[in-house]
Amino acid sequence: MGEGRAALGTRGVMARGPRSRVARFAMVGVPLAFFAVFFAYPIATILDRGLGRRGRHNVVDLLTDGQLRSVLWFTLWQALVSTLLTLAVGLPAARALARYRFTGKAFVRALVVVPFALPTVVIGSAINALIDRFGLDDGPVRLYHTTWAILLAHVIFNVAVIVRVVGGYWTLLDQRVDESAQMLGASNWRVFVEIDLPRLRPAITAACAIVFLFCFTSFGVILLLGGPRQATIESEIWRYAVQRTDFHTAALLSAFQLAAVIAMVAAATLLERRVGRLAGRSRVAAPRRPSTARERVGVAAALAPTVALVALPLASLVERSLVVRGGHGFDNYRALGSRDRASSSLLVPPIEAVRNSLVTAVVATLIGLVVGGLAAGAIVYGRRAVARALDIGLMLPLGTSAVTLGFGFLIALDDPPLDLRTSWMLIPLAQALVAIPFVVRIVVPALRAIDDRLRDAATVLGASPQRVWRHVDWPVAARAASAAAAFAFAISLGEFGATSFLARPDAPTIPIAMFRLLSQPGAALRGMAMALAVILAALVMLATLVVERIRPRSSVSL
Amino acid sequence: MIVRRPLVASLVLGVVALAATACGDSSSSSAGAKCFDKPATPAIAADSVKNATKGTSITLVTHDSFALSDGTLEKFTAQTGIEVKLLKSDDAGAMVSQAVITSGKPTADVMFGIDNTFLCKALEANVFQSYESPALANVPKELQLDPHYRVTPMDVGDVCVNYWKDSFASGKAPASFDDLTKPEFKDKFVTEHPDTSSPGFAFLLATIAKYGDKGWEGYWRKLRDNDIAIAPGWTEAYSEQFKSGGGDKSIVTSYASSPAAEVVFSEGKLTEPPTGVVNETCFRQIEFAGVLRGSAHPEAAAALVDFLLSEAVQGDIPLNMFVFPASKSATVPAEFSEHAKLVDKPLTLDPATIESNRIDWTERWAKVALR
Repeated sequence: MGEGRAALGTRGVMARGPRSRVARFAMVGVPLAFFAVFFAYPIATILDRGLGRRGRHNVVDLLTDGQLRSVLWFTLWQALVSTLLTLAVGLPAARALARYRFTGKAFVRALVVVPFALPTVVIGSAINALIDRFGLDDGPVRLYHTTWAILLAHVIFNVAVIVRVVGGYWTLLDQRVDESAQMLGASNWRVFVEIDLPRLRPAITAACAIVFLFCFTSFGVILLLGGPRQATIESEIWRYAVQRTDFHTAALLSAFQLAAVIAMVAAATLLERRVGRLAGRSRVAAPRRPSTARERVGVAAALAPTVALVALPLASLVERSLVVRGGHGFDNYRALGSRDRASSSLLVPPIEAVRNSLVTAVVATLIGLVVGGLAAGAIVYGRRAVARALDIGLMLPLGTSAVTLGFGFLIALDDPPLDLRTSWMLIPLAQALVAIPFVVRIVVPALRAIDDRLRDAATVLGASPQRVWRHVDWPVAARAASAAAAFAFAISLGEFGATSFLARPDAPTIPIAMFRLLSQPGAALRGMAMALAVILAALVMLATLVVERIRPRSSVSL
Repeated sequence: MIVRRPLVASLVLGVVALAATACGDSSSSSAGAKCFDKPATPAIAADSVKNATKGTSITLVTHDSFALSDGTLEKFTAQTGIEVKLLKSDDAGAMVSQAVITSGKPTADVMFGIDNTFLCKALEANVFQSYESPALANVPKELQLDPHYRVTPMDVGDVCVNYWKDSFASGKAPASFDDLTKPEFKDKFVTEHPDTSSPGFAFLLATIAKYGDKGWEGYWRKLRDNDIAIAPGWTEAYSEQFKSGGGDKSIVTSYASSPAAEVVFSEGKLTEPPTGVVNETCFRQIEFAGVLRGSAHPEAAAALVDFLLSEAVQGDIPLNMFVFPASKSATVPAEFSEHAKLVDKPLTLDPATIESNRIDWTERWAKVALR
């Protein structure tokens, strides 16, 4: 028994995970090859090409040029503050959703993901409209074109990451510890700070890392809500590369961005790895209905900020989609089916964009799940060096400028068999790069949380390693993966940057179609764009609800 | 402290400006004339175009506002047996940047939609291969900016200040650059950031063409003091902040054809445009097409350029892209010409001057307009 433990314990790497050589090779080989071909190689090529040219700024300017330095500093601090604010808003909601059962819970869980999936153009304009409506565009409390507006938008966009990633992990915590503490007289607050928070650390770290990277590379929000004076590294890369064709300065900024992101991710993965084991599945209590009036008020108060922040811009979108000449109606929705002069620059009926979006999103999600799932396996069960490299490497696309990557694709993937520059596949591939970090960050903590004693017990009872994997690890991984799939799908549906930047055969997705409708004068077209946005929001909610239904049977929800 | 801050700021800016010049800024020193130098790559001969083989497939890359009626490009395939695949890029700026970095190894065979404000940038980067289309006989000389025929004019339009008629029903609508700086138009004008928007850049060029290199910053200072708003792009300016999109600004930078678009896109609900154009502010934009250097099928690509200048495309351009055809012989639909006019004396600047000053101007603009 003692020897068995030693062989199967945490250090007994070979004893965990799938045994077959093919499976182990695929776990490491597939993600590594994907990362090398679709990220490392294009980025290295564009940085090399860019740094070899002449440009307006040189490397010394990054430290000495006042304007550049203030851009670097602003990028860093707004990302940090945005992340903390998002955590503060999202954490109470995550707890309420993990611990309690109530009517409309599935709806709330799906709702929070919607802004995350909508293009910045849409939510950004909805937020500006709200700022205007509440009279915050001028006067003593001014939000319009301020840093506050940027921070607020970042919270609205990213709160889903905290709620879903941390909330999902929260359901895995052994609640009996909390209950014992409460019975011994500890206050709710003390239970949270001293018992829940330390155990949640891996999930909080993972979620915060993702939110930070999104805010660090924020682009649309800065341009739309920050006003003409605000700039981040990302918006400067775009300005230099796209508007000024100064690839040297753009490459310098990209290199700096990459270095900062590598340092940040390395620190986060270290924090995430130091984690105690959680309870096995059998000991997790199902969420319960709030029993007292006080509890009900508590749940409502915990959810209110998140729901209000997310629902208000969406309500304003729905309202605008229903505005027609002389009142409200469904004309804008009906117009989407036809291809008349109003939509000529789309070349297809706008409703076809819905189909294109769905197909692209399914492909991107599948790529994301396969590559990300294999990578999660390699990170948890694989050799330490490989695990660490993949763990950090696969996060980098989240923190890399979409413009830099787009230019990288253009000059690196230009020879057969990889001449993908004008291929339709490039779009789901680029989107999968953003989806993979979600799959990894959600599946890895879940796999790490499995109690080794469960595996030991199964082995002692005579189960083969394959059976142990299938019955212990796989159900946890699959549940986590279904949560990740919802994110991957949502990301792909709403993704605008790569889709608009990379030239592609003309099959517009919903965000592209929306943008084109907005690029021409006329109230009718604007109404149609808003209607498309509402359809996109509905699709995201539906997808989230469906994905939750088809995951393996369990009371645990990730 | 409060008093000293602007001084410190201007010192910093001065040092930065000095440093920028000292670092040997490649764009403002040498460029200029280079874009119209004779290209090294030989031209595609006009008589070789008929040798373009049937069954070839070529790719046309355009910006995101490209539009033609259904079946227009199919006519080309029916005439020549050459298939055309359409690739859409982001806006014209992104399309040109992509062409510059892939120069010589293009993603397509023909580019449509590069305009005079970006032209020199692409020519300097040697993006196109010369081809003198026989159809140029129908195109006015003043539109043919490249003497080496690397690009062929396709359409013409004007970027102009527009205003919402109802807002000025009782008073006078703006009629000149100077009007925009007057108190009665305070806080009413929204324009686009020249660094992120092509109409925004065109309006900056219009003020430079009007007031000269010495005077335009003074004009912008007055605009700023009259509380102009700066939007990141046309969509945010026109569809959100301008009256047409439900906003509260009654003056906006848009196109000479925007009033016509308002009527056409109203789907029969309007017969008169709700907007007007300030003619004095119009800056001329000419869009071009060209064969991309490195194309595997230069003859087929040249045949497509010929087709783009034919009546089938030129007559289809106005109601799809809201600009005028470059070809004199093309028919312009009455629905379009009724409410859209090219101004008689548009403002212009030479493409080489634009390219060699682009960064300098936008940086100077930011210092004046965004303070």
